Amino acid sequence: MARMTMIEAIRDAMDVMMARDERVVVFGEDVGYFGGVFRCTAGLQQKYGKTRCFDAPINEAGIVGAAIGMAAYGLHPCIEIQFADYMYPAYDQIVSEAARLRYRSNGEFTCPLVVRMPTGGGIFGGQTHSQSPEALFTHVSGLKTVVPSNPHDAKGLLIAAIEDPDPVIFLEPKRLYNGPFDGHHDRPITPWSKHDLGEVPSGHFTLPLGKASIVREGAAVTVLAYGTMVYVAQAAAAETGVDAEIIDLRTLLPLDMETIVASIRKTGRCVIVHEATLTSGFGAELAALVQEACFFQLEAPIARVTGWDTPYPHAQEWDYFPGPARVGRALIETVEA
Amino acid sequence: MTTDAPLSLHVPEPAVRPGGAPDFSNVKIPKAGAVPKPDIDVDPESIRDLAFSIIRVLNRRGEAVGPWAGLLSEEELIEGMRHMMTLRAFDARMLIAQRQGKTSFYMQHLGEEAISCAFRRALSPGDMNFPTYRQAGLLIADGYPMVDMMCQIYSNARDPLKGRQLPVMYSSKEHGFFTISGNLATQYIQAVGWAMASAIRNDSKIAAAWIGDGSTAESDFHAALVFASTYKAPVILNIVNNQWAISTFQGIARGGSGTFAARGLGFGIPSLRVDGNDYLAVYAVAKWAVERARRNLGPTLVEYVTYRAGAHSTSDDPSAYRPKTESDAWPLGDPIIRLKNHLIVRGVWSEERHKQAEAEILDTVIAAQKEAESYGTLHAGGKPSARDMFDGVYAEMPPHLRRQRQQAGV
Repeated sequence: MARMTMIEAIRDAMDVMMARDERVVVFGEDVGYFGGVFRCTAGLQQKYGKTRCFDAPINEAGIVGAAIGMAAYGLHPCIEIQFADYMYPAYDQIVSEAARLRYRSNGEFTCPLVVRMPTGGGIFGGQTHSQSPEALFTHVSGLKTVVPSNPHDAKGLLIAAIEDPDPVIFLEPKRLYNGPFDGHHDRPITPWSKHDLGEVPSGHFTLPLGKASIVREGAAVTVLAYGTMVYVAQAAAAETGVDAEIIDLRTLLPLDMETIVASIRKTGRCVIVHEATLTSGFGAELAALVQEACFFQLEAPIARVTGWDTPYPHAQEWDYFPGPARVGRALIETVEA
Repeated sequence: MTTDAPLSLHVPEPAVRPGGAPDFSNVKIPKAGAVPKPDIDVDPESIRDLAFSIIRVLNRRGEAVGPWAGLLSEEELIEGMRHMMTLRAFDARMLIAQRQGKTSFYMQHLGEEAISCAFRRALSPGDMNFPTYRQAGLLIADGYPMVDMMCQIYSNARDPLKGRQLPVMYSSKEHGFFTISGNLATQYIQAVGWAMASAIRNDSKIAAAWIGDGSTAESDFHAALVFASTYKAPVILNIVNNQWAISTFQGIARGGSGTFAARGLGFGIPSLRVDGNDYLAVYAVAKWAVERARRNLGPTLVEYVTYRAGAHSTSDDPSAYRPKTESDAWPLGDPIIRLKNHLIVRGVWSEERHKQAEAEILDTVIAAQKEAESYGTLHAGGKPSARDMFDGVYAEMPPHLRRQRQQAGV
C-alpha cells in the first residue's frame, strides 16, 4: 500500500497495465512528452516510449476515431479527452461507432477502449471546464460509465475498465484529484495523504464495474451519489445529524440496483445528488428506477439535489454547485416528510 | 462611408439540371498514358500536378498504354472482369428483390464496379478496408460467399449479422472488410487508427479508408488527414468521386479546391487522381499506394473519378435533380465495356465469350439467390430471433438488459 493522490493512482493504473499488456496505448492532447495538463500521464512516455504514449492533434473526434480503429485492430487504447467539456466533437464516434461495433458486426469487431475525461466543477473552470455529461453516456446502449470518487477506487476501476472487452467512459471528478472535497470551498483542503482512501494497493488490482459502495451506513434516508457529491453528502449528514445511508454508485452503467434497493427498502426514503443539471440528468433515471423497485416501501417523495438547469457559471460557481447546505436541507425535508 | 457593392452569397450549381443537355465539359480528361508514374518514395511536393490530372491506362481504341500499364496478366484481367460482371448481376437481382418487397433497401454500384473490384486485388490477406456502402466489390473480388451477402440483405435466419444492421452494411473480418457503419465519414479516421496500430505493433498490415465525394465535407475526413499526415500511417485514403451525393452535386463539397485529391496537398500527402472506370488504372494506382504504405512511406490519397450511373439507393429518384441522359454522356464510359473491349483487342476475349460469361454469372447469382431465399426474406420465412436483438450489446449481458429481455418475453 502507498498513499497516492487520485492523479497518481490513475497514472499507476495505466503504468501497471502498460507494463503487463503491450496492447495498452495512451494518447491525447498534451499527454505525451508533457504528461497531461493534470499530470495523469507524466512519465509514461519516458518509460514506455513514444509509440505507446504520445501527443495527439487537437481533434477529439480524431482521437476517439483513431482509438476505435486501434481497438478494432486489437489494441487496448486508454485515451484522454482533456476536459469532458471537450468531448462533444467526439460524441458521434462514441455513440455511433465505439458503442456499436460489437452489436452491428455480431461480435466480429469489438472496441476495448477507455475514454478518460476529467469531469465536474469546483475549480472555477467556467462553462467549458466544469460540465458533468455522464447522462449523455448512460443514455447510450453499448457503453459503460464509471465515476470514481477516491484514489483507491480510481485505480481499481481504471484497471478493470482497461481490461473490459467493451468501451468504458471513465469520468474523473477533477475537484477530487488532489483531495476529497465536501463543498466547503472556504475551508483548507485535505490532501489524499491524510485520507484512508488515499491508501492504494500496489501492483495489479481491480474493482468490479457495476458494484456500488456504502460509504456511510444509516437508517433514516438513503443518499445516492457519485464523484465529488459523495463527500458533500457526507458533510451534509454530519452537519444536519440526519442518519443517512450514503451510497457511492462508482459505476453508473451497469448500475448496482441490488445495493440501492436493499438500502431504500430499509430506510424508506431517498435523496439523489449530482452536480450535473437537473432535467433529464442521471438522477431522473435513478428516481424512476427507485420508484419502480421500492414504491411500496417509500415514505416520502424522492428528492433530487443537482446543479441548476443553467450553463455552468464562473463567478456564481458556489451558487450553482449543490453544496452541503442544499443537500442538508433536502435530507431534513425528506426525513420529516 | 463605403462605396463597395453589398455582399452577396455564392451558392454553386451544377452545369445542368433536369431538362437540360448533359454537359461534362468541366471534366478535363487527359489522354490515356499521358500521366507519368513516379517512384513510390517520391517527394510529394514534386508530384502536386497528379492531384489535378487523371491517370488513365485504357485508350479509346481499348489499348493499355503508358507507364501505368502492364501490371496484370490476361488471366487476371479476365478474372477482374468476371468480378465486375458478378457485382453488376448481383446488384440487378437485389434491386429487383427490393422492388419485390424481399428487403427494405438496396444500394447498387452501377458504373463504379472497377474501383472496389480492382482495389481488392492490390491488397494482401490481413489488410483491412473501412468501406462505405458502395464497395461490395471488395467482398466479391475476395471470394466472400454471395449467399452470405444476400442473407444479410434479406435479414433472414442465416444473416451473419443477425438482422441488426441495414441491408448492404456487411462485415467480414476474414475478408478484410470492416463493419460498415452507415454513418458517413466516421470510418475514415478509424482506418487511420487501425493503420497506426499496425505500425505501433511493427506489423506488416495496412489499412484502406473509403469515402464519397460528398462526405469529404465531414470533419472526420479532415481528422483522418491530420492523423495520417502526422503519424505517417500506413493507410490509403480513397475518395470515390461519383459526381453526386444523393441530389447534391460534387461542387457543394468540393468548394473552390479544384479537385478532391487536392485536399491532400496541404497535408503533404501524395495525392493522385485516377480514372475510376478504368480497371487497369485503378489497379495500378492502388498497387502504387499499397506499396508505399507497406514500405512505411506513409499515406497516399487517391481520388477515383467516376459516375454514379444508378440512383443513390432504392429510396432515390435521380431524374428529379439531374438530366436522365447524363450517365450516357459520362465521358469515361462504362468500366465493364472498356475492359471487355481491351480484352477483345488483345485477342483473348470475344462478344460471344462475353455473352456466355454473362449467362453463366447470372446462373450463379440466381442459384445463390434461391439458396438465400430458402433461409427467408425480410417479411417471409426464417428470420433472426427477437432474442438476438438483446445479445451482443456488451460482451456480457448486464442486469438491466436481462430484465428487459424478460419483459419482452423472448
